[in-house]
Amino acid sequence: MDITKFSAGDAVKQIKNKEISVLELTDSYLNRIKEVDDRVKAFIQVDAEGARARARELDGSTVNELGGGLPIAIKDNINLIGAPTTCASKILKNYRPVYNAHVIEKLIRGDAVFIGKTNLDEFAMGSSTENSSFGPTHNPWDIERVPGGSSGGSAAAIAAREALWAIGSDTGGSIRQPAAFCGVVGLKPTYGLVSRYGLVAFASSLDQIGPITKTVDDSALLLSIIAGHDRRDSTSLDYEIPDYLANPNGDLSDLKVGLPIELFSESFDEGVKVSVKKAIEILEKKGAKIEETSLSSIEYALSTYYIIAPAEASSNLSRYDGVRYGFRSNDNSDIIEMYKDSRSGGFGQEVKRRIMLGTYALSAGYYDAYYGKAQKVRTMIIEDFKSAFSKYDVLISPTTPTTAFKKGEKTNDPLQMYLSDICTIPANLAGIPAISIPCGLSDNLPVGLQIMADHYGEATLFKVAKELEEEIGFSDIPEL
Amino acid sequence: MAVSKKDVEHVALLARLRLSEEEVEIFTNQLSQILEHAGKISQLETLEVESTTHPLPVKNVYREDVVKESLSKDDALLNAPEIESGAFKVPKII
Repeated sequence: MDITKFSAGDAVKQIKNKEISVLELTDSYLNRIKEVDDRVKAFIQVDAEGARARARELDGSTVNELGGGLPIAIKDNINLIGAPTTCASKILKNYRPVYNAHVIEKLIRGDAVFIGKTNLDEFAMGSSTENSSFGPTHNPWDIERVPGGSSGGSAAAIAAREALWAIGSDTGGSIRQPAAFCGVVGLKPTYGLVSRYGLVAFASSLDQIGPITKTVDDSALLLSIIAGHDRRDSTSLDYEIPDYLANPNGDLSDLKVGLPIELFSESFDEGVKVSVKKAIEILEKKGAKIEETSLSSIEYALSTYYIIAPAEASSNLSRYDGVRYGFRSNDNSDIIEMYKDSRSGGFGQEVKRRIMLGTYALSAGYYDAYYGKAQKVRTMIIEDFKSAFSKYDVLISPTTPTTAFKKGEKTNDPLQMYLSDICTIPANLAGIPAISIPCGLSDNLPVGLQIMADHYGEATLFKVAKELEEEIGFSDIPEL
Repeated sequence: MAVSKKDVEHVALLARLRLSEEEVEIFTNQLSQILEHAGKISQLETLEVESTTHPLPVKNVYREDVVKESLSKDDALLNAPEIESGAFKVPKII
C-alpha cells in the first residue's frame, strides 16, 4: 500500500485510528523525495532529521486531530526558524529567520511535520520557477516542461507526491497557475484572510498565502488551520473564520455561474477550451444556470498589474541593501557603491527588471501616468467584480491559456511570460478568493479550471469545486 | 511612450542597481515594450474614479501605546554581514 497516494483527509483518519504512525507517514514521503526529487527538483532544502524527530515526538503523544502529523512542504519565501529563508535568491542564500511566520506558528500548534522548503521563482517573481537561483523545478508530468510559478516547487511536490500538502503564495496567480500546470488544487484566499506576517513581501496589496493540495477537502482543511486574524499583519481581516469543513449540501440547482468573455479567448489552447467546456457542462447538468457575461475592465488587468506589482516590489525590495542581512559585496569605497554592488550581485535578471519597471513607474514625472492611473483602473476592476457578484454566485474561467510550456520557451520574452497570468491576475487586483482544480488532460498535461467568488466566498468555492471534483474524477498521477 | 537609455540609467541609480552596457540596452528595449503594453490604461476615462490603495476596506489599525517585547539585539544582529560594538558596520557614508 503506497501511503503517499493518500489525501490529507485519508491520512488524518489513518493516524487517528492508529493504522499508521506519523513516523511511517513521514518516512514514506522522505523516501519518495529520495526516489524522485533529483528529477523533479521541487525542494531547496529537505529536513529529514528534523521531520523524523518531530514525527517520533508526535507518535509519543496525542496528535492534533485537525491535520496534525501530516508532512507539509513550505514555499521558501515563508519564515520557518531552523532553516534559511532564501526566496531562491543569492541575496538571501544564507539568511536565517529569527521569527516564524504566523502560518507556521499555526501549523506548529497544529502538530505539522515540516518536511522541507520548496523552490520558487526568485522573490516570487515569475510564472515558471525558471527564475530560481538554485535552478528550475521540473513538471512531474513532463520533466522538459515547467511546473509553473512562482510556487512551482510546492505544486510539483504535491503532483509528485513528495509531500502530503503544501503552502504557496499568490500575487498574480503564483498558486493557481502552477496548480493548473501540475494537476493539483490551488487556492488563493480572500486578501487578508491569511496573515502575511513572515511571508517575504513582494507586492503588499496583492500577496496572499494559500494551500496547494491533492483534493478540495484537503484545501479546506489546510485553510482552516492557517486562516485567521493576526495583529502583526495590519492588513489581516478581523473576521471570524467559518467552518470550511462543515459538509455543504451538494445541491447546485440554484447556482448562478458567470463566464467572463474576457477570460475565454479564441487564442487559448484547444485542449484547455475542451476540458473547461466539459466542466461547465457538468455544472449545467447539475442544474446551475450558466451565462456569459462581460467585465470590460478586465481587459486592462494585466497592464494594471504590471504597473502596481513591480511598483510595490521596488519599494519592498529596497531593504536588500547589504546593511543588516543578506549578501554584501566586498571591497566598497562608499555606501552607495556597496548598495549597488550588493544588489546587482545578489538579484537575478527578472527581479532587476521588475525593480526597474517599478522604480520607473513611481519616479517623479511618471507617477501619475502609471501608478496613479493604475490605482484608478484597479477600482474599476473591483467594481466590475462587485457588479458581477450581485448577479452570479461564482465566475468561472480557464486558469491558464495553455497547458505547461517547455523550459526556455518564454524566457527570452518577458511580456510573453507575463501573458500566462492573464486569467489569474484579476482576482489578486480585486482581492477576491479563487481556486484552481484539475479538470482534465490535454496531450497528457493537466488543465486547470478556475472558480472565483466574492470576498469571503471560500465556502462557496469549496462547495462548487468539490462537486466538480467528484464528477470529473480526475485521479491521474504523473508517471515518474 | 518609449523609454530612453538615459531614463534607464537614471532609474538604475534611483534603484541602486549597477547595470552593464549590455543590461542597459536590454532593459531599455524590454521596459519600452512592457510599458507600452501597460500604457494601454491611459485609454480609460478615470476622471471621476477613486484610487484603490487596499482591495478590501481596511481602517487604520492601532494598538495601545504600551511597550511590548521586540526583537532581541542578538536576533537583530544574527544575519549581519559586519558587526562592531553591537552595531551594523558599513562603509563610509559621510
